[in-house]
Amino acid sequence: MKIDNSLPLEYSTEENQLKVLGFWIFLGAEVMLFGTLFATFFTLVHRTAGGPTGAELFEITPVLIETFLLLASSFTIGLGIHAMRLGRKNAMLAFFGITLLLGLGFLGVEIFDFVQYVHEGATIQTSGFTSILFSTLGTHGAHVSVGFFWGLFIMLQVKKRGLTPQNANKAFIFSLYWHFLDVVWIFIFSFIYLKGMM
Amino acid sequence: MRLKWSILAVVFTVITVLSGCDRLLVLDPKGPQAKTQAHDIIATIWIMAFIVLVVFALLVYMLVKYRASKVGSDYEPPHIEGSKLIEGICIGVPIIIVTILSIMSVRSNYAVEATPKGYENQKPLVVYASSSDWKWHFSYPEQNIETVNYLYIPTDRPIDFKLYSYGPITSFWIPQLGGQKYAMSDMVTTLHLAADKPGEYMGRNANFSGKGTAENTFDVNAMSKGDFDKWVKEVKVTAKPLTEKKFDQLLKPGHVGRSTYNGTHLKFSPPPAMQHGGGGDGSGSVDHKDMNKADHKNMSDHDMKNMKMDDSNK
Amino acid sequence: MDFFDRFAIPNPSPVIYASMVAIGLTVLAIIAGLTHFKKWGYLWREWLTTVDHKRIGVMYLISALLMLFRGGVDAVMLRAQLATPDAKLLDAQHYNEIFSTHGVVMILFMAMPFIIALFNFVVPLQIGARDVAFPRLNALSFWLFFMGAMLFNISFVLGGSPDAGWTSYFPLAGNQFSESVGTNYYMIAIQIAGIGTLMTGVNFMTTILKMRAPGMKLMKMPMFTWSALVANLIIVFAFPVLTVALAMGTMDRLFGTHFFSTDAGGLDMLWANLFWVWGHPEVYILILPAFGIYSEIISTFAKRNLYGYKSMVWSMVVIAGYSFLVWAHHFFTMGQGALTNSIFSITTMAIAVPTGVKIFNWLFTLWRGKIQMTVPMLYSILFIPLFTIGGVTGVMLAMSAADYQYHNTMFLVAHFHNVIIPGVVFAMLAGLTYYWPKMFGFMLNEKIGKWTAWLLSIGFVLAFFPMYITGLDGQARRMYTYSASTGFGPWNMAAFIGALIMAVGFALIVYNIYYSVRYASRDIGSDPWDARTLEWATHTPVPEYNFAITPQIDSIEPFWDAKKNGQELFKGKFEKIHMPNSSGMPFIMGCIFFAWGFSFVFSIWIPLIITTIGIFVCLALRSFEVDHGHYITVDEIEETETKLRGAN
Repeated sequence: MKIDNSLPLEYSTEENQLKVLGFWIFLGAEVMLFGTLFATFFTLVHRTAGGPTGAELFEITPVLIETFLLLASSFTIGLGIHAMRLGRKNAMLAFFGITLLLGLGFLGVEIFDFVQYVHEGATIQTSGFTSILFSTLGTHGAHVSVGFFWGLFIMLQVKKRGLTPQNANKAFIFSLYWHFLDVVWIFIFSFIYLKGMM
Repeated sequence: MRLKWSILAVVFTVITVLSGCDRLLVLDPKGPQAKTQAHDIIATIWIMAFIVLVVFALLVYMLVKYRASKVGSDYEPPHIEGSKLIEGICIGVPIIIVTILSIMSVRSNYAVEATPKGYENQKPLVVYASSSDWKWHFSYPEQNIETVNYLYIPTDRPIDFKLYSYGPITSFWIPQLGGQKYAMSDMVTTLHLAADKPGEYMGRNANFSGKGTAENTFDVNAMSKGDFDKWVKEVKVTAKPLTEKKFDQLLKPGHVGRSTYNGTHLKFSPPPAMQHGGGGDGSGSVDHKDMNKADHKNMSDHDMKNMKMDDSNK
Repeated sequence: MDFFDRFAIPNPSPVIYASMVAIGLTVLAIIAGLTHFKKWGYLWREWLTTVDHKRIGVMYLISALLMLFRGGVDAVMLRAQLATPDAKLLDAQHYNEIFSTHGVVMILFMAMPFIIALFNFVVPLQIGARDVAFPRLNALSFWLFFMGAMLFNISFVLGGSPDAGWTSYFPLAGNQFSESVGTNYYMIAIQIAGIGTLMTGVNFMTTILKMRAPGMKLMKMPMFTWSALVANLIIVFAFPVLTVALAMGTMDRLFGTHFFSTDAGGLDMLWANLFWVWGHPEVYILILPAFGIYSEIISTFAKRNLYGYKSMVWSMVVIAGYSFLVWAHHFFTMGQGALTNSIFSITTMAIAVPTGVKIFNWLFTLWRGKIQMTVPMLYSILFIPLFTIGGVTGVMLAMSAADYQYHNTMFLVAHFHNVIIPGVVFAMLAGLTYYWPKMFGFMLNEKIGKWTAWLLSIGFVLAFFPMYITGLDGQARRMYTYSASTGFGPWNMAAFIGALIMAVGFALIVYNIYYSVRYASRDIGSDPWDARTLEWATHTPVPEYNFAITPQIDSIEPFWDAKKNGQELFKGKFEKIHMPNSSGMPFIMGCIFFAWGFSFVFSIWIPLIITTIGIFVCLALRSFEVDHGHYITVDEIEETETKLRGAN
């Protein structure tokens, strides 16, 4: 395997470059996936069929906490990648660990939020609005959950096998994924929550 | 080669049959909307035939002139990148054709989505046409009568069909009076038609809606205003009233024959509140409050689903 | 026993029972055959675990041909039922099931894999690569597609086929009006295959963007590779929409959500919109690679470079862009109003412009050429006039006011078959014939091939042109019967005869394969067509590593220039080659996905949970696995090269 040392570790082999590009293209597909969910959301947002509306359901506090946790995790994973480029394995692992914990916190608050919604009479079967609300949030949440395990596996590999080009590549791609989820959340925060509360 | 000519011949026959043959329902219009559409269809067939001919002629020319057996075994085809002029023509001419067609298309769009030409000054007769598996219900609010699976309309008066469905999406279509439009369960669409000539026309649901779609047809009888009024009067005297119970019975999936009623179902089973592409707005503006009808149906639906889920848990 | 009741067919018929027996016997025969000839190991090592793009291409091809016959039998049954008025061959329910599966099978499980087969086999060779960017993902794509297709097909004998049309419009496809598990099959089988296709899209875009031989700039790529790039771009952006729509449909049917229901705020038209936001680009995913194939073939057999290369590329890019802007033309009659219809009418007609450019460029490629009428060329020459007719009827349909009369009629059915059969199917058969020698080392018989092409064309004209007429005479589509008084009888009889002629044509393809396997010469060299692009520069059969030395490119037709001007393609000496390892994981994951889909279709929750966990475990294992691939040594390369050179 040819390793080009003039490039960052995650780009250093041809295979790594392919994987990074492939993942960007995959993110393009993910943009369409969430785009479709958002389009559906805007179509169905007022179709509450007598059930709760967004304004009735949404509370600002948990949403702000979620936003803070996820934004912070995006920052820490950035630090993790920076540490990785400097070759500081332990710092990188620490930042990745913090990132995943923040992600876990986000998931906790989101689940708590979902339970609240259900208590207020909004389940996925209540109306067109709640169906798409739970689906959009749930799809994002499922992505975060998958990301949690993915990140965990990468940490284990880095710990066991060190900062190899393969591991660096995996970690970098994971960071792209995590940033992407953050961007999606910003859209959810602005167009579902804030707009819904207004 | 022989076959190429025979294909050509087939195409020609098709074109001549289409343009000469006025028995094809769509090309035998009996109302202004269908006329607009038939006119568009014939005009485009001619334009398209011209394009097809050009392509055929070029292809035949190339094949005849540049076959390997014709050009000689030591002929070496040249390398040609392309030519700005030729490619410009190949882009330019289609753009001109598409522009002409676009203008035609837009004009016809506004024509078929408005009160038919020549009838602008008259107040349209409103007929609510609703489908259920696999029937058509025609409510005449003005006359306060309702028919099933047949439609009487006066000639020389514009008719606004208000379409909706008690079930899957259907499409209301009377080819000789004009093209179709969907009937859906959560909004009302409007189809503007008029009949110029008295006669019996075929009407059907053109959109696949399950087992009974093929037989989901209705007869249309266009008659003079006098005859129509006479018929209404007769119905008023002879027909039984339409009760909610009777109507619910009619809604059950299946096929029924023609029947006639005094009164309409609009009172106890009102059409969906949303209007789509009606008069001019066409914006699909959404009114969410009135979901009465839907709510009504809701319950049974839910129960059914719950039962299903239970079953599968066993 | 209650548990097993759900697997019963709701509307059984002798045909279905016969199929059950046939399927059972076939499976037994395959198992017995593999055991008797001791081929299990071979099957596992060489095919089920392969990550070689050429073999995956061949597997796609075999699947596509199988599905072609499944869909073809459907088609003949449909035409037989309609051949005479008031026929009693099929009842309404069976007719509905058959046209629904015919559509899905032909579009998603025949045309798509056929095209992906050619992507797989041809694209890496055309760009001088050793494999695709992600070989193992490629294998997973195939197995997901294959298992999706199989899952869809068993609906015929287990639980009932989908019966709401290939478009599955809600509310018809909802629980209330489509009670059997048929539509579950539709939602889930297409979902599984669709995920595979999406992965193909990512894979091939990366491959084409990153793995081209040195010197092959974007504007020096062969036209088929260009078409593959654009088609895969559309896949990446269109398929997620389908993924979401199918997921929502599944949830509506199984979990009581209200996306497309007519109650509680659902919106049935949303399905139609989402379906066609995917569905229209899907049409171009099919036709653009077909255009690419025709470009290669016409240029090869006109013995000339492709006319107007740049405008060919740009027209494809423009078509790809437009493909996302026209979806509403599938339901002009939904009542969006004159303004919306006008906009979509114009965008739709605008597609005719770049398409026209392509047709004229092909014609001008023939100009001053030296036309050899081989079988692939014959298909291409038949394609031009037939497709033009299909194209112009498309422009007619784009006239939205007139479309109120065409919509839902046989006119529309005639139109889309008129673009798909001469457009896509002919291209695939032309491509199959053209690339067959590269795949298998012998040519298909020319004479039988020409008979096939002519029979298919004549059959096609006879089968579909009458539908233009009956459509204008008021024959609606998807109707299982009509009365004699309509006068549709003779036209439909003609269509039935046409369908039979086409069936003979397709049967001849099988005969041709059989005949050529037995009698065709194996001594054909590596470039039997005197072709122009890189895939013909390597040996036949193509070695595992494709090219012993990576070629150096400096023109659009590198191989042609090498042959004519003696430019050297392969400079340098042999070096060891890195290749990916085979893996059983994609196949195993495919099987788990099959079980997952099956449990989902029948709402058997515990296996569903277990298989879901299984899928994630596979992904986790993959994450931890260390697999650096293997190297082919210089000695091995030299040995292979000497052997293959001797064979030529």
